[in-house]
Amino acid sequence: MSSPCIEFRHVSKTFAGAKHIVPALEDVSFVVQPGEFVTIIGPSGSGKSTLFNLCVGLFEPDKGEILIDGERKRNRAGMVGYMPQRDLLLPWRSVLDNVIIPLEIQGIPRKVARQRALEILPHFGLKTFENEYPSALSGGMRQRAALLRTWLMGRSTLLLDEPFGALDALTRKELQNWLLTVWQEFSRTVLFITHDVEEAVYLADRVIVLSPRPGKIKLELTVDLPHPRHQSMTTEPEFGKLVRELLTELGVNT
Amino acid sequence: MNWRRDFIPPTALIIFLILSWFFVTKVTGLKPFILPTPLDVIEAGLRTRGLLLDAIGTTLLSTAIGMTLALLTGLGIATLMDLWPLVRRALYPILVASQTVQILAIAPILVIWFGFGIMPTIFIVVLSCFFPLAVSTADGLTSADPELLALLRAMGATRRQIWRMVRLPAALPSFFSGLRIAITYSVVAATVGEWVGGSSGLGMYMLRSKNALATDQVFVAMLITTLLSIALFMLVYGIERIVLPWYYSAQRKEQWDEMGIY
Repeated sequence: MSSPCIEFRHVSKTFAGAKHIVPALEDVSFVVQPGEFVTIIGPSGSGKSTLFNLCVGLFEPDKGEILIDGERKRNRAGMVGYMPQRDLLLPWRSVLDNVIIPLEIQGIPRKVARQRALEILPHFGLKTFENEYPSALSGGMRQRAALLRTWLMGRSTLLLDEPFGALDALTRKELQNWLLTVWQEFSRTVLFITHDVEEAVYLADRVIVLSPRPGKIKLELTVDLPHPRHQSMTTEPEFGKLVRELLTELGVNT
Repeated sequence: MNWRRDFIPPTALIIFLILSWFFVTKVTGLKPFILPTPLDVIEAGLRTRGLLLDAIGTTLLSTAIGMTLALLTGLGIATLMDLWPLVRRALYPILVASQTVQILAIAPILVIWFGFGIMPTIFIVVLSCFFPLAVSTADGLTSADPELLALLRAMGATRRQIWRMVRLPAALPSFFSGLRIAITYSVVAATVGEWVGGSSGLGMYMLRSKNALATDQVFVAMLITTLLSIALFMLVYGIERIVLPWYYSAQRKEQWDEMGIY
C-alpha cells in the first residue's frame, strides 16, 4: 500500500505574541490517503490555517511530526500544492503569467511553462482570459486562476484554504461542482478548509472537525455519499443527517 | 486622458495670470529692471537665443549626468538598506542629514575641491535627487503583501526569486513616484549648482543677467527652467505609463471613479 500523502503525528503549535501566548494546535493527529478529498471544519481561531502553514513548512511544530508522502522532511516548501484564502494574484502579471509562477520557481523556462499552462487553461474555465490582468476578473475567475496556479505546482496533494469563502452562493456551488470534476479527472488528493458545514459534507469523503482554540480534533466523520456528487443530494435525508451531526459537534445546533 | 477636462483649466489660469502680469506692469509703470512686461521677457529671450541654447545644452547635460548618478546612488542605497536591516538603521539618519546640508555653504568647498565647472553642479544635482529615489524605492521594496511572500515561500521559491518576481515589481510604482519628485528637482538643482559653482549653463546666464540688472533675462531663464522641469516630469510620467500598464489600467481607474475619489 502506498504511504499516506499527509500524516500528522501528535502535532502541537503555540505562537508567542508580544503580550500573550496563543496555543494554536494541540495534539493533532490525522492521515490523508492518496486520492481522498478531506475537508477540515472548525470555528475561527481553531488553527485551520496554522495547520496548512505547518504542512507547507512556513512554521515548524513545537511537538510531534509531519510526514509528507511518508517522509519526514525538514524543508517541506514546494512539496504540496497550497492555495491560501486570498487569491494573491500579482496585479502586474497577466492571468497566464500568474499561473506559471510555480513552474518558474521550479526553473522551467517561461515559454515552456506558458505552453503547459495554455493546454490546461480550458479545464479551469479560463480560456480567452489568459491575457487579462487579474483586476479585470470577477471573484470567481480569480479563484479559478489561483487554483490553476496551485495546480501547476504539479503536486499530487492540494491544500485549499477556504478557496470559495468570499464568493456568492451561486458561484460557490458552481465552483464546488467544477472542483469535484477536476479532482476526479486528474485524481489528486485534496485537503480543504471551510467554515461552511454544507460545503464540508458536499465535497468530502471525510470531514475533520476541529475544536475552538487550541485546535484539537473533535471528530472525524466519513461521508458515505456516492461520487459524482450532485447539488440535488443536499436535500436528501442522509445529507441532512450528516450536516446535523456536524452542527451539533460545532455547538451551533440549538 | 480627457483633454478638455485636464488641459483647459490650467491653460486658462496661466493665460489669466500672464494677462494680469501685463496689466500690472502697464498700470503701475514699474521700471523694466524691477518688473519687465511679458513682451520684454519674450524679446530678451529672442535677443539672447544663441547664448540661451548653449546654456540649455550645458544645463541639460549636467542634469542628465547628475540624474544618472542619483539613480545609481538612490537605487544602490535602497537595495543595500533592503538586504541588510543593519545598513538601513545605520544609514537612514545620515541620509536625512544629507538633505539638511546648506548648498550655499558647501558650494565654496566643492569649488575648492573640483574648481569652477560641471563637477560642483553634478554634485549638487546628485545630492538633491538621490534622496527621494532612495527613500521611495526602499519603501516600495517593503510594500509587497507579506502573505504573498509567504505563498511564494510555500511554493519553494528562493529569496532571490521572491525578490525578482514580487518585491521588485511591487516597488516600481513607489520608485516612479520618487523619480517624478527627483526629476522635478533636478533642473533647478543644476541651475543652483551653476549659479554657485559653475562656469556656464542657465544658472550662470541667470547670475550674469542679474549682475547686469537685466531682469527680463532672469525671467527668461526662470521660465525656461520651469518648462524644462515640466517637460522632464511629463517624460517620466509617459515612461511610467508604458512600464506600468497594470497600474494605470482602465479597470483600476474605473474602480477609483466608482468610489468617487477622482
